Amino acid sequence: MSIFKVTISLCGVLTLIAVPAAAQEVPEHGIFILNSLLFLIGGFLVMFMACGFCMLEAGLVRKKNTTMQLTKNISLFSIAAVGYYIIGYNLMYPLGNWSIDGILSGYLIPFLDTATLEAVGITAEETDDLSYASTGSDYFFQLMFCAATASIVSGAVAERIKLWPFLLFTLILTAILYPLSASWTWGGGFLSEAGFSDFAGSTIVHSCGGWAALAGVLVLGPRIGKYAEDKVVPMLGSNLPLATLGTFILWLGWFGFNGGSQLAMGTIGDVADVSRIFANTNAAAAGGVLAALISSQLYFGKVDLTMALNGALAGLVSITAEPLTPSLGAATIIGAVGGLIVVFTVPLLDRLKIDDVVGAIPVHLIAGIWGTIAVVFTNSGASLGSQIYGILVIGIFTFLASGFVFWVISQLFGLRCSEEEETKGLDTSELGMEAYPEFSSY
Amino acid sequence: MKLITAVIQPFKLEETRQALTGVGVQGLMVSEIKGYGRQAGHSEIYRGAEYTVNFVPKVKLEMAVPDEDLDRIVEALSTNAKTGKIGDGKIFVSSLEETIRIRTGETGNDAL
Repeated sequence: MSIFKVTISLCGVLTLIAVPAAAQEVPEHGIFILNSLLFLIGGFLVMFMACGFCMLEAGLVRKKNTTMQLTKNISLFSIAAVGYYIIGYNLMYPLGNWSIDGILSGYLIPFLDTATLEAVGITAEETDDLSYASTGSDYFFQLMFCAATASIVSGAVAERIKLWPFLLFTLILTAILYPLSASWTWGGGFLSEAGFSDFAGSTIVHSCGGWAALAGVLVLGPRIGKYAEDKVVPMLGSNLPLATLGTFILWLGWFGFNGGSQLAMGTIGDVADVSRIFANTNAAAAGGVLAALISSQLYFGKVDLTMALNGALAGLVSITAEPLTPSLGAATIIGAVGGLIVVFTVPLLDRLKIDDVVGAIPVHLIAGIWGTIAVVFTNSGASLGSQIYGILVIGIFTFLASGFVFWVISQLFGLRCSEEEETKGLDTSELGMEAYPEFSSY
Repeated sequence: MKLITAVIQPFKLEETRQALTGVGVQGLMVSEIKGYGRQAGHSEIYRGAEYTVNFVPKVKLEMAVPDEDLDRIVEALSTNAKTGKIGDGKIFVSSLEETIRIRTGETGNDAL
């Protein structure tokens, strides 16, 4: 065995010595392997974002709704895995098989048109696409994006939406709404034909989640007492260490989100690009934090940690549409504008009595729009017109479709818990389980 | 016998406790409380929205003492808990009718 290994490595060295420098790229199978590896690593980093969202939300809701928020997060992640499997994946990636060209995938039947993996132990000839990556790695990676979209909604509608109606909405979002609108760009549909450019999904993932969240918030209405007597009544987050931990976890996960969206790692150029993306993603998050820090000091007279946390996420969302072409400086500025957006739109939404518990709408929807527009500053291949076209199409579709689904669910099953349940807190009223039972609050 | 109830700034607790031990206080009850006096709370900002903090955190000390020690203890309390700024708190003194030590059944000054 060891002699065999030595022989192989010797062969490898000799091959490297033998071939001329220009041909020293990874061999053909190496591309398949390295691309798949990128998807797997990127995918599990994005999976950890589910934890980030969960911790962020658990920290920003009031103590009495913590267990419910944790329950919603672990459930929505699992529902996304089922919804994306039974229909979502093939709805999103028709691979040229359209039933309405560029608009609607040809794979339309849930449970029949499910995602299917490659067989066990395949050879190079049996791969679905040898020039790309294994289907399992692609499916795994794309599923995590779908779950991220659903995570965005749960924070905005927290503390008042009932568990099962929320999960029903999540199923429809992850199985149909998100895959359908994402197919228009990433599945090769009419938005990609129109030149819409959204690298890792400022609009396709983040604004989509943000629009769905906005629709949910409007159908639900604000939490009891939030806008009493025309004044905004702050409802303080229960655990800021958890919210900070969640933000750092999301920041980490975003390297997989944006870096993995290069979709290739088999050449020098691709690896260098993935590296640029990692560095730019980090720069934008830092820019978002600093802008939120400074602007909250100037605007409110003191630094607000929750704004700094939202600022990091807004910076990340802002760079997601184009993390590759900006310089480090440009990435920092793009992220910083995201941070500013948060500090100025959170109070604005409150004035409009739009009660978004964790700031998902400023962070994902509004910073997502900004990031999608910002593509034109550094990527000469994108045009402002097609960017705005994509923002409008996905925005209008997701907002109206989500609003309709929320409305139907509220008519059929009821969406919002009773006044008494909300006042008591969903932990005890709906779940009968407190997050911190040892700590009495008198 | 007197019951002294003092409401002081939380960060003055350790200094005050040492001074009280120094003037012979044998037993001390401490609780973390929230309340307001003439200061009547203050306002804060959370995510851009202003709100009033009506109750400020304080520490409440309670001690039962013999009549003859009262002045020394009140003196120790008022010097050591003092910062000179608004919010230093108050000392309440009330008469105490009886004290009973549960273990031995002693009463009055013997039980202090």
